[in-house]
Amino acid sequence: MSNIKNKASANLSQIGLNQGPGSRPGEIAKVRSKNVKETIRRIWSYLKVQRLHLLIVFISTILSTCFTLLSPYLIGKTIDNYIVVQQFDGVLKMGGILFIVYVSGALFTWIQQFFAASLSQHTVRDMRQDLFEKYQGLPIKFFDKSTHGDLMSRTTNDIANVSNTLNQTVVQLISSIFMLAGSVVMMLSLSIRMTLITIFIVPTVAYITKKITTYTKKYFSEQQSHLGSVNGFVQENITGLKVTKAFGREAVSLDEFRVINEKLRAVGVKAQSLSGSMGPIMNTMRNLSFVVIAVFGGIFAYHEIITIGIIVSFLNYSNQFSQPINQLANQYNLLQSAIAGAERVFEVLDQPSEENIEKKTDVDKKIKGEVNFDKVYFHYETDVAVLKNLSLHAKPGEMVALVGPTGAGKTTIINLLTRFYEIQSGKILIDGKDIRQMDKDYLRQQIGLVLQDAYVFSGTIMDNIRYGRLDATDQEVEEAAKLANAHSFIQKLPKGYETYITSDGSISQGQRQLLTIARAVLANPSILILDEATSSVDTRTERHIQEAMKSLMKGRTSFVIAHRLSTIQEADTILVLDNGEIIESGSHKELVIKNGFYQKLYENQLA
Amino acid sequence: MWGLRSYIKPYWKFLIFAPIFMLMEVFFDLLQPRLAAYIIDFGVVERDMETIQQTGLLMVLVALLSLVSGVACNLFASRASQNFGADIREALYAKIQRFSFEDIHSFQTGSLITRVTNDVVQAQNLVQIILQRLVRSPSLLIGSVIMALSINVKLGLILLGTLLLLLIVLVFFIRFSFPLFSKVQTQLDSVNTRIQDNLAGIRVVKAFVRAHFETKRFKKVNKDYTQKSIKAARFMAINGPVVTLIMNMCLIIILLYGGNLTGRNDLQVGDLVAFINYVTQALSSLVMVSGLLMSLSQAKVSSNRINEVLTTEPKMIMKELDSIPSFSAAHIRFEEVSFAYNNVTKKEDMTLKDINFEAFHGETIAIIGATGAGKSTFVQLIPRLYDVSSGAILIDGKNIKDLPLLQLRQNIGIVLQDAFLFSGTIRDNISFGKAGSDQEEIETAAKIAQAHDFIMKLPNGYDTKVGQKGINLSGGQKQRISIARTLLMRPPVLILDDSTSALDLGTEKLLREALQDIMQECITFIIAQRISSVKTADKILVIEEGTIVGAGTHQDLLKSNEVYHSIYASQYGNEEAAYVQH
Repeated sequence: MSNIKNKASANLSQIGLNQGPGSRPGEIAKVRSKNVKETIRRIWSYLKVQRLHLLIVFISTILSTCFTLLSPYLIGKTIDNYIVVQQFDGVLKMGGILFIVYVSGALFTWIQQFFAASLSQHTVRDMRQDLFEKYQGLPIKFFDKSTHGDLMSRTTNDIANVSNTLNQTVVQLISSIFMLAGSVVMMLSLSIRMTLITIFIVPTVAYITKKITTYTKKYFSEQQSHLGSVNGFVQENITGLKVTKAFGREAVSLDEFRVINEKLRAVGVKAQSLSGSMGPIMNTMRNLSFVVIAVFGGIFAYHEIITIGIIVSFLNYSNQFSQPINQLANQYNLLQSAIAGAERVFEVLDQPSEENIEKKTDVDKKIKGEVNFDKVYFHYETDVAVLKNLSLHAKPGEMVALVGPTGAGKTTIINLLTRFYEIQSGKILIDGKDIRQMDKDYLRQQIGLVLQDAYVFSGTIMDNIRYGRLDATDQEVEEAAKLANAHSFIQKLPKGYETYITSDGSISQGQRQLLTIARAVLANPSILILDEATSSVDTRTERHIQEAMKSLMKGRTSFVIAHRLSTIQEADTILVLDNGEIIESGSHKELVIKNGFYQKLYENQLA
Repeated sequence: MWGLRSYIKPYWKFLIFAPIFMLMEVFFDLLQPRLAAYIIDFGVVERDMETIQQTGLLMVLVALLSLVSGVACNLFASRASQNFGADIREALYAKIQRFSFEDIHSFQTGSLITRVTNDVVQAQNLVQIILQRLVRSPSLLIGSVIMALSINVKLGLILLGTLLLLLIVLVFFIRFSFPLFSKVQTQLDSVNTRIQDNLAGIRVVKAFVRAHFETKRFKKVNKDYTQKSIKAARFMAINGPVVTLIMNMCLIIILLYGGNLTGRNDLQVGDLVAFINYVTQALSSLVMVSGLLMSLSQAKVSSNRINEVLTTEPKMIMKELDSIPSFSAAHIRFEEVSFAYNNVTKKEDMTLKDINFEAFHGETIAIIGATGAGKSTFVQLIPRLYDVSSGAILIDGKNIKDLPLLQLRQNIGIVLQDAFLFSGTIRDNISFGKAGSDQEEIETAAKIAQAHDFIMKLPNGYDTKVGQKGINLSGGQKQRISIARTLLMRPPVLILDDSTSALDLGTEKLLREALQDIMQECITFIIAQRISSVKTADKILVIEEGTIVGAGTHQDLLKSNEVYHSIYASQYGNEEAAYVQH
């Protein structure tokens, strides 16, 4: 009877925290982790802070298991000692004891679940926070190397995995082990012979089950891989549906789909028939152990070796004994995948952070904006040099334009100036000071960056612009927007500045660029960098922005990268880059007269 | 779910057999405690060894019968669910293939994919669950109650009362946990949004030195989420013990009352044991049923989502054609063409308004204008990727709505803005529109599209595999392959929708020169941002806010059209513009 408890809690937990479908045999990916001991030690370091709660969970788990074990014993005793001999007072007394046992069991189960909930949630909250803070400190290089999808899944899935495991598996594991040991002790105290029979039959059943599972698993994974390829096909072809339609190829695409869908159908019927048989087979195994205990119990009782009450107790204990065995294997796999998940989280936490010399520098103390590159050499991960001993000089307040073909190293210069990447040799100086000797935060606060990929955060337009200077008033935000030519489109939006936008396209790319310009305007930096900042704005709007930028650039050193040469003709210096070297420099007029690379680029655009 | 019933109909036989066999399995399972009681009452108490042995054999037989029934049920249920799933998947895919651009737009690609993949699996599992577990648990429940009642009516009534109480408790918990968990879900979404935003915008975060700000902001959502989760989990933590306690209280009452009955010889000991087993069975079945109801409500969402797609009637019907006649396309005319997405009726809100213009064989029409002016929509009306809202487009005097859609599409080559490539080799991709093209055809198209040279430099040339969505090729390379794909069709109408935006100026110039010969042989439409890409066109249409505000050659427009002039000035600077004007 007490097996009701396990079933009940397992089922109701599905309603609750345990998202996703219930686990079927073979569905849990077996992921072997590399350094289990170390990983567990680190998870422990998170748990350690909640030692007291942990202790409460542990003790209440053991207590609730004990009470669960006690009830079949008491019921058996009631039948033997009082019901069979028809002593009703005794039955009443036993009923009272059972009542206390059940209430205590329920109480401790509740305490255990109550504290386990906060235990796991607090642990993963801390892990999530640590991971997020780690992201803030990691160098750009790290983010360029890894995909967002991967990092995202570490922060969400892997951590959820750890949480679920801590919340359920660990508790279940403890109670399973106690249940197993406790059942054996209780059974031994009742009848050694019956215990031997039960102990023999349960592992046999478990063994047979496992044999059949390994056989059906093969079909199951075959089905999964077919399902995977159908889903892959669907994913690709629906994404490219517009192309298919433009070419009138729908019929062909449907035929191709039919072929793989039919394969999946055939494999699916077979796999489901086989793996679905596990249910009836397990059910039969349970029935058979019931039969064996009933029959042998009957025979022993006939010979008066045992009593009827003992049969009843054993029918219950066999259930309590077999359930943990079936669960243990499952829990072990879950535990493995959670440890692997935690390991993936720790892997990120172990990445080296950005190097920085922390110096308390007064943020309000503005730099003048003189920039010097002195024989700067740089390469990314591969050994191909991107900048080869490049030197450049920008006087305070000057506008420097960088032009040249893709891959010439324009964006790299900006990555180095902001110390997103560190140079291998040479020096970069601002106001005569080596930027490696400067506090990174201070350095970046002096530089306003407007990137080609105009990124907006989920939030209101007001929040997005204010990101440039957090203490700016609404008035100041609006002024910045006006300067960046964003005000007019913002006003046309239904909620104006309070319109909620997300990173994926509630407003157009061009409008996003305007917002990021407004953001930089608001930041009021000493050095301004515009990396293809207006590439997605149509040329007429760009013109308007440029007027605004002109007043913005006054008194600031600015670096401008642009493909459209019309945007940079007024620069003080134009640097023409090719293959990581400056091949020409001068004003627009000088370079046109020079009749070199720049002149060719210029003609090409005019042609 | 009900909406999908026609897809399960062909498998009606399985639908009948599966539950029948499941009922048999339940029946055999329910016999076991009864037989065990028989062993105790007539074997042990009456001291009859033969009864014990015979009943034992009977129990084994019953267990085997239960196995056979269970396996048979599963076989039928699997056939039904898998075939049902495969049929629905095909129906969905076929339907989506017939969707117009507008339908795709309104459903959104990502959502369509989830419906064909995830939702179908959910619906398929649902059939399996209904046929097996949803038959098993309630009938176990009902069967147990019947068996219990047949042993002793008074005891049975206690059981019924407990079941009722449990039902109320379960409904209560489900009712009150739902809002709690949906709050957790919303909070989880905001945690994920913060992480997603932070990862994608990390450069901005660093550039503005906002690490501290972001950390603080994250701490808040993280804390909120944790608190809500704990609250929900703690609420659910009451549920398990309470349900278990109610069940166990029922057991105690039955034990007390049953013990009393045996004392008065109204009940045999074995029957009491059997009764206790049935009680356990009934109570755990009830909990199972409540769990099943939860998964049913999830599957209902999925089947509704499937149904939405299946019941959408595509706006354009494509007829199958035995052969596809080509047409000469000597002449294309737009007559008072207006277009709006999503049933907009107010004229000033329409994407295109009263467009009139015509083009002749051999002409090149360029379209220029600001982002969002309606350029792409304009050209997508020609192959009927969208249908005009009013007015008509005529090709060789015939309304395109009267032409078979397949004929129209295969004769109009459009290079879309988004250069989507399919997985497979470069050869497969270029010959996409005309399977079985020979190497010469493919190479010619690639050469004109300025793709041949870089393709030859790839490790396997034309047989190089393109990663899904073309990840290992640059934007410009993908654009050139998709141009070659269209050129291979030799269409009488060629449309280039801003499809050279990622090409550098030199390559674009070469492409334009190479296209000259082809453009002589068809009507070409070019959408572009750069003046340099459109200036050689026979006719340039300047579009602003859905209307043609200027049409003519480069020279004409430069002199007479203010919009065109200002676009020009923005690209070449005022000096040159002023120079040209005088």
